[in-house]
Amino acid sequence: MAVFLNRETRVLCQGMTGWAGTHHVARMMEYGTQVVGGVTPGKGGRSHLNLPVHERVAEARRETGANASIVFVPPANAAAAMIEAIEAEMPLVVTVTERVPVLDMVRVKAALKGGRTTLVGANSQGILVPGVGKLGVMATGSERPGGVGIVSRSASLTSEVVAQVTAAGLGQSATIGVGGDPVHGIGMRECLALLLEDAETECVVLIGEIGGTQEEEVADYLADVRTSKPIVALIVGREAPIERRMGHAGAFALSGKGDAAGKIRALEAAGVRIAPSAHLVGETVRQALAGRG
Amino acid sequence: MRIHEFQAKRLLAGYGLKVPDGSVAIAGREAGEIARRLGSPTVVKAQIHAGGRQRAGGIRQADDPAAAEAAADGLLGTSLVTAQTGPAGHRIRRVLVETAVAAVRELHLALLIDASSGELMLMGSAKGGVDVEEQAARGDIRLNWLSLGDGSEARGKEVAAFVAALGLDGAMHEQGCALVDGLRRAFLELDASLIEINPLAVTAAGALVALDVKMVLDDNALFRHPELAALRDEDDGSAAELQAQRHQLNYVQLDGDIGMVANGAGLGLATLDMLVAAKGRPANFMDIRTTAKSLDIAHGFGLLLDNPATRAIVVNVHGGGMQPCDTIAEGLGIALRRSGRSLPLVVRLAGNNADFARSRLQNFGCAVIDCPDMWSAASQAVVLAQRGA
Repeated sequence: MAVFLNRETRVLCQGMTGWAGTHHVARMMEYGTQVVGGVTPGKGGRSHLNLPVHERVAEARRETGANASIVFVPPANAAAAMIEAIEAEMPLVVTVTERVPVLDMVRVKAALKGGRTTLVGANSQGILVPGVGKLGVMATGSERPGGVGIVSRSASLTSEVVAQVTAAGLGQSATIGVGGDPVHGIGMRECLALLLEDAETECVVLIGEIGGTQEEEVADYLADVRTSKPIVALIVGREAPIERRMGHAGAFALSGKGDAAGKIRALEAAGVRIAPSAHLVGETVRQALAGRG
Repeated sequence: MRIHEFQAKRLLAGYGLKVPDGSVAIAGREAGEIARRLGSPTVVKAQIHAGGRQRAGGIRQADDPAAAEAAADGLLGTSLVTAQTGPAGHRIRRVLVETAVAAVRELHLALLIDASSGELMLMGSAKGGVDVEEQAARGDIRLNWLSLGDGSEARGKEVAAFVAALGLDGAMHEQGCALVDGLRRAFLELDASLIEINPLAVTAAGALVALDVKMVLDDNALFRHPELAALRDEDDGSAAELQAQRHQLNYVQLDGDIGMVANGAGLGLATLDMLVAAKGRPANFMDIRTTAKSLDIAHGFGLLLDNPATRAIVVNVHGGGMQPCDTIAEGLGIALRRSGRSLPLVVRLAGNNADFARSRLQNFGCAVIDCPDMWSAASQAVVLAQRGA
């Protein structure tokens, strides 16, 4: 049973009729993901990519039996789309949209409380389970099924690490992008917990960066749980200037809080192996797995 | 987007915040006239997008109009270097001339978004002033926190207790609660991501007056606030950074000699770290968003080529599903044709359409040093930049 995504996952796409939705739904289906329909208000009843287009998520969920949704709705309406999916009790929602206003995400977080939805993103590349399916926009080709689970705040570094892990003769159980925004759905700590429970995952790689407290939360969590699975982390932004926003809205270090050195110290103290540089993650994983044997 | 102190004060005055009387001047004589009109001792404050002004001498007391004029003359047109500006400092183009307000006591109050809970958070301390962050870090002052959830409710009872904990009682307590409610409404209506009042003065007459305000608006929400988008000060900070924003790029000017480009913020930060680890000095940070087209990217490379300090450029791309390598190669090719400048160019192309990108570069006639992995690309760029020095 893979994390988040398996052969029974039936995917709905919100915003499927737009350029990004069309392009990526086609790629997802090529990869073997079971996409069952789309939602675009005003275009209900049509057909797109040979799939039915619905007016509302609740109706689409009823008629297609979808249990996951991927959101490509532009920033102005992305929060409304996520809240609609939450209200329709969609179990899993992945939001790819970049540049969603932060107060909109605050409202989405409030809607998530007490609900049944797990949200991944926004500003996430999604989830990839090699050989099973993808619920996202990542390029494929360098991944292969295996035992390394990857949780990341960065899409481009995930692609890089997937390639390094494969080059080291290993494969991936799942890759999950938690997104680059400060306020987002599921975080590193929850993803790590899922991967530690997952039978197919033998090792977890965390890709973190400056800003926020997700890495520190992971360190606190690891102080409380026992695991025999090795955990490797790459933290980027050691050399970034203080209090400047570096690309990701979530990535800025306020003096003394959220800086790379503090994150590395906390993770090391929790028993996490730190990859010394971004080009050495595959090698660090290989050593961690060899050292365990 | 950070806005100036005078802009934040004007916006928040509309939500009931009391601020000192004052006005903005762009010349010394104008500052003197404002001080004369105010008819009281004044404070002349440099308007730049950075904190630490007090310690850097950017805030000056003036007892009379002549002193205000002299203070403004001393500030305007100079560059103010503070702990937050970087070594070049920020050029002072405006000063705010305000009535000097005597504080019996100074508080610190802020409204911000807590990333881990995803909630609005009110933060306050019974002491304010220039070194409040350091004092809080040392544990010398206590910070009070109150979650306002998604901000949709006033939470009157909790706010009342929070305000009381700041040591505000009687008529001051009522004022404090009204102030917090005004800040909450402003935060939501203006799509702010930070409002910080430090110090918030308690005057002898029993008024709460905001002596300094720092306010940051959410760039991602400016599409629904054209009137706020217009507040952007295009002359403050780096012009290159602003241009890059318009072209779907994130750009931060640094002071080294190696131009750096990556697709994705994480990969960009990793590249920056590797350049420094290889003993190089990055001239900038540039991350290409997935929404950038080849002409946007060409613009970004143009910024690097136009920076006279750049001696070598390193391009680190791991093509993804949204941004394949060839789009970036095309942007680079266009920029090199436009610029005519020839600099050592190190590329690392991997992932989606990497081979296609190589042939695109060849067709453009770009001479590049093609590295198989990012560490060799970073260290090669460092060697080439040093050779060019």
